[in-house]
Amino acid sequence: MNGYVRVDWRASLSLTGRVLLYLAVPLSIPFVTAVIYGEGWIPFLVTIAVTVLAGLGLSSLDDDHDLGAREGFLMVAATWLAVALVGTIPYIVAGYGTGSTLGWPHVPNALFESMSGFTTTGATVMGDIGVEHHSHALLIWRQLTQWLGGMGIVVLAVAILPELSVGGAQLMDAEAPGPGIEKLTPRIAETARVLWIAYFAFTVLEMALLYGLNLAGFADEMTLFNAISHGLTTLPTGGFSPEGLSIQAFSAAVQWVIIPFMVVAGTNFALFWGLVRGEPLSLLEDEEFRFYTGVMATLTAVVTIVLFVGPSLPGSAGLAGVEESLRHGLFQVVSIVTTTGYASFDFNNWTATAQYLLLFGMFLGGSAGSTGGAIKMVRWLVIAKSIKRELFTTVHPEAVSPVRLGGRALDESAVRGIHAFTLLYIALFFLGVVVLMLDAGRVGMELQVLDGMSAIAATIGNVGPGFGVVGPMENYELFPWTSKLWMVFLMWIGRLEIFPVLVLLTRAYWRS
Amino acid sequence: MRVIVVGAGEVGSSIAASLADEHEVVVVDVDGDRVEALTYDLDVLAIEGDGAAIETLREAGLEASDLLIAVTDDDETNIVSCGTAKTLDDVTTIARVRNTKFLDTWNNAEGALGVDVMVGTNLLTARKIASMIGLPAARDVDTFADGTIQMAEFELAAESPVAGQTVAEADRFDDLTFAAVLCPDEDGGCEEIVVPRGDTELSAGDEVVVIGTDEAVTAFSHAVAPDDDYHDVLVVGGSSIGFQTATLLEERGIRSRLIEHDPERAKFLAESLPGTTVLEADATDRDFLQRENVDAVDVVVTTLETDEGNLLAGLLAKRLGADRAIAVVENRSYVDLFETVGIDVAVQPREVAAEEITRFTREQHAENVAIIGSDQAEVIEIEIDDDSVFDGRPIREVAADLPDGVVVGAITRNGDFVRPRGDTVVEPGDHVVVFVETAGLDETLAKL
Repeated sequence: MNGYVRVDWRASLSLTGRVLLYLAVPLSIPFVTAVIYGEGWIPFLVTIAVTVLAGLGLSSLDDDHDLGAREGFLMVAATWLAVALVGTIPYIVAGYGTGSTLGWPHVPNALFESMSGFTTTGATVMGDIGVEHHSHALLIWRQLTQWLGGMGIVVLAVAILPELSVGGAQLMDAEAPGPGIEKLTPRIAETARVLWIAYFAFTVLEMALLYGLNLAGFADEMTLFNAISHGLTTLPTGGFSPEGLSIQAFSAAVQWVIIPFMVVAGTNFALFWGLVRGEPLSLLEDEEFRFYTGVMATLTAVVTIVLFVGPSLPGSAGLAGVEESLRHGLFQVVSIVTTTGYASFDFNNWTATAQYLLLFGMFLGGSAGSTGGAIKMVRWLVIAKSIKRELFTTVHPEAVSPVRLGGRALDESAVRGIHAFTLLYIALFFLGVVVLMLDAGRVGMELQVLDGMSAIAATIGNVGPGFGVVGPMENYELFPWTSKLWMVFLMWIGRLEIFPVLVLLTRAYWRS
Repeated sequence: MRVIVVGAGEVGSSIAASLADEHEVVVVDVDGDRVEALTYDLDVLAIEGDGAAIETLREAGLEASDLLIAVTDDDETNIVSCGTAKTLDDVTTIARVRNTKFLDTWNNAEGALGVDVMVGTNLLTARKIASMIGLPAARDVDTFADGTIQMAEFELAAESPVAGQTVAEADRFDDLTFAAVLCPDEDGGCEEIVVPRGDTELSAGDEVVVIGTDEAVTAFSHAVAPDDDYHDVLVVGGSSIGFQTATLLEERGIRSRLIEHDPERAKFLAESLPGTTVLEADATDRDFLQRENVDAVDVVVTTLETDEGNLLAGLLAKRLGADRAIAVVENRSYVDLFETVGIDVAVQPREVAAEEITRFTREQHAENVAIIGSDQAEVIEIEIDDDSVFDGRPIREVAADLPDGVVVGAITRNGDFVRPRGDTVVEPGDHVVVFVETAGLDETLAKL
């Protein structure tokens, strides 16, 4: 049997083990937090021990890290599954706080929370959120999973592990959002490092600004703990918040500060490399960036008008009403389109029009090479262009007209790949809704169609909150455990952009 | 002056013929029959041998020569000839190339590869075609200073809005200079050349010579003939000339359609020409042409690989209703035939190249020359050096030292257009485009 398998799975899993070993380092952060706040640090010690043991066990499978393209797919998919599994341990062992539905025996809940964290989805099953119910350490771990998953665990591994210098591009390609990666520097490890440094720098900047607001007296609730927590989940377009009310818990000033950082998080990080190298215009000249900001501006304008006119927001009219409509419209559109998933307002109370606009936004996604999820702007741009081309060649059947992106003609196979991905994404979305509705019916749970659709769009697109029962101030706890596992699967394949996982399920991958 | 011409093909022979009267010409060619034929046809010394070989060049007397012109049909041979010659003696070298790749290298560093002047046949041809399309009302068009400056000659029709206006009224364009007005006699020939002043009246039948930027000349062309404009251009054949033509048209804001038969080439063209619609089809397919509304086409340019193909495609397009046909023709003897049977303009790349090289050799000092009317005046481009009468003085003062009938049309500095005014000071290194009457030509050239 083994002789027929053409994939060197030992090499893949061994490398996954190496990544797990390194995961012990960030795990020390909640451990230290627990010590500082005088909370139970045992869960994290257990987790570190299990992680190191599992890492050592897996990495001893093989000492040859020579990865081919096939082993790369397996390694990436396995790594994301492995970190999500290890990430459940603190939740299960914690046992601290009241009303926690994450501890033993609620393993699917813990897995949901952990996968939602690493994939930067931001959907939660934590019934009562807040430091009153859970330890600071556990909440920091929850935030940290998103930060680690944002720029990509494998990208981080490529930046650190020297043995990945050759196969690294392949691995990053399988993990990084968007079609294809851009090598910024001749060495792939250098590219990975550049991306992580930009990511790190923006994170620290946001934390400083948020805490600065508190010191300046504009945001009393934005304590140092909150500033760090939100810094950790904005740049990865995560969306977890240690506050039950998400960003609604904070002042307007905080909401305005967070918006530009969400926009940055949804931007292709390679473009910031151009800024560093002294080509500030490279950002504005990038076709995808202009499309990305243009789409968000348009959607914001529409949502703002809907909010201002309709009964979505309570009370205020006049100039204050305009500011409020614009702030919530912009915040929510940016949050949903970049797939962050923060809420500045409980949009469950908005009109159906505004909600449908946001549902539409869930399919857009950030830019390629960003930390955002969903389908991604560049794909929509290429699709729009190829539809235009299709209309043109209907009139001129002989016309040869390549699809251009930023002046460069795209390869036809790239265009085909984008069409296939988008179609598959939408097909999986509908399949996801069908399975969810059936499962809800099985246990007699009442689930509105819009709520169900939003739950699937929010998990496969790594957005986070949906509408109704899964609204921004609600959570996913009500679903049966089978549905939760289904959504864990969707978050996993959504983060890795479907193909690297789906290819593992084909016979051709393992055999010929 | 002793001149060596490498290559005795059409271009070489034509250049040799035009130089033979005034200069000692040595022609080198590998083909013995051609060499023998040339020995009897022209008063030149013809040598059989490889123009890229040092032996042959020595035999041709390179050390005693001033100029080497390499015009074989092979780009690499021409360039190597020039490079080889440079190793022997510091002669001025001219190379003809078709491939724009070499021209790009050379433009990037003038004098590279041992070539002092590189004449790009395909690009020159494309420029000529593009100029004819861009300025339909013009009788003659020439470009100067690497295409930054254009000279155009317009004949004013009776219905032209400009006819009846004074120069001051007609000259509404900043970057345009009225160089001369040629008034006709009864036979239609040129009677006198008037140096235009503000109150000079323009009447129907006059020919106006203007010099200025591409945009200004184009704008003036619109003023002369508002209705006569080519919007819809069909280029047939994605050869190097076709590709260059479409590129130049794109630069001028004309979105053309380009037909190419070969799928690979069509793909390349489509990727390189964002502003052009590339159609992969056979240009002699009648149904296809009708489907593409060829009857509404203003001008069809045929740039296929063969003369026959160009003739057929051009005629078919005209038969289907295209207004005007411009065809590229390689074979010199076909030029008249093409124009007789219905092609409006036949452009011969070899002739374009020969013309360019002959002009250069005739007046080595001048970079570029255009002849107006039947040799009554010339427009020349000159790079100003320290000895020039222009050096460091305003144009108004210089004008007094120059013969009558000399007009400064345009100036370029580091490749950018500078508007010539009375107080403009010309600096060394500037390129000046001047209109000169033939009578004052030698005196002017000596002073410039």
